[in-house]
Amino acid sequence: MNNFKQNLLKKRYNAERRFQWYGKIAIGLALSFLAVFMFQIFSKGYSAFQKTWIVTEVHYDKELLLIDAESPSKDDLENADYYDVAYKAMTSLDPGLPEEEDRQLIQMVSYKYETEVKDLLLKNPDYLGKIVPIKLTASDDVDQVHKGNYPRDIPEKNRRVNDYQLQIYDMLNERGDILSEFNISFFTSPDSREAELAGIASSFMGTVFSILVCLAFSFPVAVLAAIYLEEFAPKNKFTDFIEVNINNLAAVPSIVFGLLGLGVLLAVFNLPRSTPLVGGITLSLMTLPTIIIAARASLKAVPPSIREAALAMGASNMQTTMHHTVPLSMPGTLSGTIIGLAQALGETAPLILIGMVAFVNTIPGTPVDPAASLPVQIYIWSESAERGFVEKVSACIMVLLAFLILMNLAAQIVRHKFEKKWS
Amino acid sequence: MNLILVTFIVLLAFTSYYFGRKKALVIQSSQRLTALPKFYGYYLAAWCAAPALIIFILWSVFEPSIVKTFILQDYTDQNLTKNELQLIYTKVKALALGNYTGNITNFLDASADKYIQLKGIANSAKVAIILAILIFSLSYAYRSVQKNDRMREPVEIFLKWVLFVASLGAVLVTIGIIFSLLFEAIRFFQAVKFFDFIFGTHWYPAKTFVRDGQPDPELMKDAFGAVPLFAGTFFIAFIAMCVAIPIGLLSGIYLSEYAGRGVRKYAKPIIEILAGIPTVVYGFFAALTVGPFVKEIGNAMGLEVSAESALAAGAVMGVMIIPFISSLSDDVITAVPQNLRDGSYAMGATKSETVKKVIFPAALPGIVGSILLAVSRAVGETMIVVMASGLAANLTMNPLESTSTITAQIVVILIGDQQFGDPKTQSAFALGISLFIVTLFLNVIALSVVKRYREKYE
Repeated sequence: MNNFKQNLLKKRYNAERRFQWYGKIAIGLALSFLAVFMFQIFSKGYSAFQKTWIVTEVHYDKELLLIDAESPSKDDLENADYYDVAYKAMTSLDPGLPEEEDRQLIQMVSYKYETEVKDLLLKNPDYLGKIVPIKLTASDDVDQVHKGNYPRDIPEKNRRVNDYQLQIYDMLNERGDILSEFNISFFTSPDSREAELAGIASSFMGTVFSILVCLAFSFPVAVLAAIYLEEFAPKNKFTDFIEVNINNLAAVPSIVFGLLGLGVLLAVFNLPRSTPLVGGITLSLMTLPTIIIAARASLKAVPPSIREAALAMGASNMQTTMHHTVPLSMPGTLSGTIIGLAQALGETAPLILIGMVAFVNTIPGTPVDPAASLPVQIYIWSESAERGFVEKVSACIMVLLAFLILMNLAAQIVRHKFEKKWS
Repeated sequence: MNLILVTFIVLLAFTSYYFGRKKALVIQSSQRLTALPKFYGYYLAAWCAAPALIIFILWSVFEPSIVKTFILQDYTDQNLTKNELQLIYTKVKALALGNYTGNITNFLDASADKYIQLKGIANSAKVAIILAILIFSLSYAYRSVQKNDRMREPVEIFLKWVLFVASLGAVLVTIGIIFSLLFEAIRFFQAVKFFDFIFGTHWYPAKTFVRDGQPDPELMKDAFGAVPLFAGTFFIAFIAMCVAIPIGLLSGIYLSEYAGRGVRKYAKPIIEILAGIPTVVYGFFAALTVGPFVKEIGNAMGLEVSAESALAAGAVMGVMIIPFISSLSDDVITAVPQNLRDGSYAMGATKSETVKKVIFPAALPGIVGSILLAVSRAVGETMIVVMASGLAANLTMNPLESTSTITAQIVVILIGDQQFGDPKTQSAFALGISLFIVTLFLNVIALSVVKRYREKYE
């Protein structure tokens, strides 16, 4: 009997220990998902912050440039023909190559190499007639080879870089004519169909504009609504209805807001498609309930003694609210707003529906110019087949996550630094 | 034009604020003020801006449709359909604005002239009416200021109305959602029978596309069956919950009952990071890493796995949902009164027995509520499915094949240029409204369950 009891106890203690382990395993799994995820993104994406250049020599031959004037003006340089000069700069890497094979060399640099040749001369007009070294953006495939993302030992026909190009690449690499530098153009250039030229400037500006529009529309309305509901609303069926409405609105899937934006903002109000203005308004409808809920919570946290003191001094209800309650609730409201905006920042589906998925290769200057946004850019790039876009997507994700972390930190700081502790 | 008008109104409001305050100081020299001087300013400014802006907004909302009716009156005798009339109106407008490139007929030209004329009349009428209103309301307000009426109350009542109108914003959004969805969905159900949509088993909207014409009704019957999408949605949500419920619930229990303060302080926010990652990032992860991984494992076991499997999308979605369940169930379990635990320990139960037999049953309603909220999240999730689980609507229960969901199909249909009036576009709104109804239903139940649970222990 005693033995039986001891066995039972042992069993129960084992069950206890097992249960604890289940919990630990569950938490471990959740954390390891996060770790794997972050590792994947970082290991794929960090190389996108490096840009590969091919260094070669260019001869700014006046005859080839078709410049007749003795001392050519800026306009002459602007309108000169750079095709041959640029072409020669590349083919000079291997003078022995038969002419019909030249394409193989040209393919090693980005298709905009002619512009790069032109820009160098426009910047340094005294190079005219001289032979100078020039950095050209390597093509996406060479870039990937240089970063070691391309296996070199598979059969030639399965590779996008053929044996001849690899040979040239190796030769250049040995000479030190392949440069790797920090990829500034990733941050300064707009989207492009070519992975080596694509940057996030257009989508970044699109994001900034949509978030600003979103803030401008949702913050005032949400704060005013929260003040009414928390401080002035009589308890009746209608205000109950508004409250239920807000709570449910907070849980409506984001894509439904996209349909709303499409069906109302675009179809009825005829606002311009694909613009951060429409995107921002759509997002603001989504963040509205989030901010209302946060603002109400922080209004509720202001102790009644504050209100009573103000009322006792003869302030009206409106004065009490506007002069005392609302300013004291602002830190909580603001941090809730930032968190709501961070959520809106990551939204993709509603923006796709209102057309912010269009290919935009200019940097938008106002909220009514067509633009993409960072999450949509991630979607667009991840749908492209080119190998070079994988690292771009990962890098774009890193920028987006950095943005989100900053916003959440800001929310924390606002909350901890300015919030009064009532106790 | 509109911008100038609004700027004018706003500037006038600011001026009248200063004017009102100054006036109050003048009054002060002869008699006692009824409120602080700034309220005199607010009073004037509110009377100046509010009526004029309200009329301005109403006018801007209704003007286009009124002008349209006038223009299209000339075409009523031609027996045109609604779409054709819309087309004509677009042409007239383009012609009037000078960016029309098609054939110009005399009739169209006349309409365009009429349009310009009407617009001109409307504009001058608008300016005149708003100026009249400004003069009228300002003079009314100025008279009250001169009489030194009570100034604070009306200003505060006005402010209260502003607050009230703002709180209607949320209701307006809901109404907007319902109407925009219903409007298009009803037109969709005029073309496709409701029961063909709800019970049909083939979803293939692309085949109804006919250039410039009405699609064959026989085709329509077979193209918009939403059953595969409903099934796919719930199937993927089910896979997600299979991942999220055990992990989320167990970590929630561990965090609330076992973990020390240090672990809790760091583990909880770190797990919540999972909820803050944008879904498009999860989608990329699912498509690029998890999908091929699942495929490789399946192939190694001799199974045929599609690269875009429901399993990959569902599993990643499950990871995304873990923090919802863990945080909510953590809160719910923490809310269970301590005396229930103490009673159980006093009877000699171990901690896990207490959790399983006392706390879990007590917290069950709250946990069910949090799971329902998580299901509604999973049902409404879009980007993961779009990127990781294919776009072909297969009616399948095999997690290794690709399926599609309501949300993914909405994106597929509406990406790129849409043509309103096309049943394919409208079908997205029909899908949208079914999604809205399902999630609303889940939320209402979940919120009421959680609310009742809270009341029980407070």
